[in-house]
Amino acid sequence: MSSAVTGVPAEIGAEAQAAEILEEARARPRARGWWPPGGSRRDRGRPRAPKTPWRVELRRNWVLYAMAVVPVVFLLIFRYLPMIGNVIAFRRFRPGGSIFGEYWVGTYYIEMFLNDPQFWRVFANTAILGGLTLLICFPLPILLALALNEVRARVFKRTIQSISYLPHFLSIVIVAGMVMQLLAIRGPINQWIESIGGSAIPFLDRAEWFRTIYVTSEVWQTIGWGTILYLAALTTVDASLYEAARIDGANRLRQTWHITLPGIRPTMVTLLILNIGTFLNVGFEKVFLLYNPLTYSTADIISTYLFRVGLVSNNFSYAAAIGLFQALIGLAMVLTANLVSRRLVGASLW
Amino acid sequence: MVTQSAMTTTNPRRSSGSIGPRDTTGYRIFTWANNGFLVVLSLAMLFPFAMLVAQSFSSPAALKAGRVGIWPVGFTLDTYKFLMQNQMFWLNYRNTVVYTVVATVIAMVLTTLMAYVLARRHLRARGFLVGIVVFTMFFNGGLIPNYVLISALGMKNTIWAIVVPGAISVFNLLVMKSFFENQPLELEEAAQIDGLGWFGIFTRIVLPLSQAVLATMILFYSVGFWNDWFAAFLYLDRQELFPVTLFLRNVIAGASSTASEGAAAAGMNSATQIAESVKAVAMILTLIPILCVYPFVQRYFVSGVMLGSVKG
Repeated sequence: MSSAVTGVPAEIGAEAQAAEILEEARARPRARGWWPPGGSRRDRGRPRAPKTPWRVELRRNWVLYAMAVVPVVFLLIFRYLPMIGNVIAFRRFRPGGSIFGEYWVGTYYIEMFLNDPQFWRVFANTAILGGLTLLICFPLPILLALALNEVRARVFKRTIQSISYLPHFLSIVIVAGMVMQLLAIRGPINQWIESIGGSAIPFLDRAEWFRTIYVTSEVWQTIGWGTILYLAALTTVDASLYEAARIDGANRLRQTWHITLPGIRPTMVTLLILNIGTFLNVGFEKVFLLYNPLTYSTADIISTYLFRVGLVSNNFSYAAAIGLFQALIGLAMVLTANLVSRRLVGASLW
Repeated sequence: MVTQSAMTTTNPRRSSGSIGPRDTTGYRIFTWANNGFLVVLSLAMLFPFAMLVAQSFSSPAALKAGRVGIWPVGFTLDTYKFLMQNQMFWLNYRNTVVYTVVATVIAMVLTTLMAYVLARRHLRARGFLVGIVVFTMFFNGGLIPNYVLISALGMKNTIWAIVVPGAISVFNLLVMKSFFENQPLELEEAAQIDGLGWFGIFTRIVLPLSQAVLATMILFYSVGFWNDWFAAFLYLDRQELFPVTLFLRNVIAGASSTASEGAAAAGMNSATQIAESVKAVAMILTLIPILCVYPFVQRYFVSGVMLGSVKG
């Protein structure tokens, strides 16, 4: 959603957060430990000075603050102003008028969507689609990473990796286009169905197929890319553990079960928690490109609904109320996920 | 580059030589099964690409009859010729190049400046600045307020609606910040003693030493902007301003005049059928630049994801 609006590359989500969290988890013991003498690389450098007065600070570092002015102004205008702009959820908005609306209407629009059966239907669709995606797209990269980890031939391994990362780099428009071509009434899938004696199915017009199509294409896009953090974690598993296990008579399956999996457990837990925290953020763009009125009953999600309400029907305030509700739920879930992560793995984002 | 661990670090079991019973029959069967599984998986993942290529070279009649699978039927280059001669397609293609370059330049300037400032640990306002950056990762204004803002700023139907709002990606910013933080402070101190100011240190010491991370960020941003279509969909109404991704979207959605033009040009009576091969060609032509840079980009992307987690 945010990527859709701002044009930021879509991949910034979970990997970024996971990378940060894992870094924290790794850095922490060192930072607190007794080695290396003089503190870790992270705290080396200037000793923490007593707070300088602002006047002195500004005189000393004004160049640095000046450098930050343009980026900060950018953030204030293009990130924070829209956040404040959410007040139109509580105000009457007139297109072309003030971006903060005309006058207060209280919780009129909030009550409107709480009483809107359509809203609850798209809410349920979002939860189901997000839940299915989480359930299926979370474990598969782990399996692929384990399979790749067993490959000895380097060139072979790198080739497989290159192929499996590729879908991650495609524009969502191309992904959607490929899905449509594959599932077209004369497309390869239907040709195959007809060759085994079935009759062609207009998949994209059938509501009962939408979730399967969405999740499958999601797997195609993410399975390879998702292995990166696991493959990195796998390289850190202590090789002597395998040796010890083998001497104790463990076969490969048992080695995987008792050494490999526990070895990447922190990564798995962190990513799982993060994914749970963001599972309601179902990708707007792909749904938007793949759905049509025939499949609304399963495909319509919060963000596509608010798009139609806001920008097709021009009911800006109502759409803003829905968007605000979704953003707040998302924020609460990420904060909770972070808290859980801190308790369980001992690492968090902040 | 700091690391390419996921790609190149050796497998612990392999690197330690004799670990694991690897000449037993069971193990050999396992290896074959595993490799076989991976080959099948890769072929399945490549199938959509093969299908596109096959469709793009096939005759509309064969496509209409549903005879095209993974191999072109009724080989023809007409669809390519048709699209190549389409003025609007090339105009939109050029727009994408312009948008990508301008947006990447803007994004790089803002991101680098901010990352450099945030990496100076002694700044008293650092915590506050990091806070306002990171918060935008978890909470955003949402579709409607963004749309209202861009409209109010008069940026609709201008290039600025496409190239400005995406300028700071928090993820890229944090990656760059952690890279700067890992540069030796001694260099900076030496430069200070020699009389360089903060800006001089930035342009003469920090940037030249950061070429790897700068290259990574340029690739991150430019692939993102190249692939983007939604900002254009929201904020541009005039077809001559569209990026090629939006052209493609309209062809796919069948909403474009190009598809039906294509039908007429090929002398087909059904507009939807010729559109199939036009779609395939348009997708391939949009994809080609990504595929060309992919071999070079790939390891940077991988190391970019890893940068935060495996550094130091």
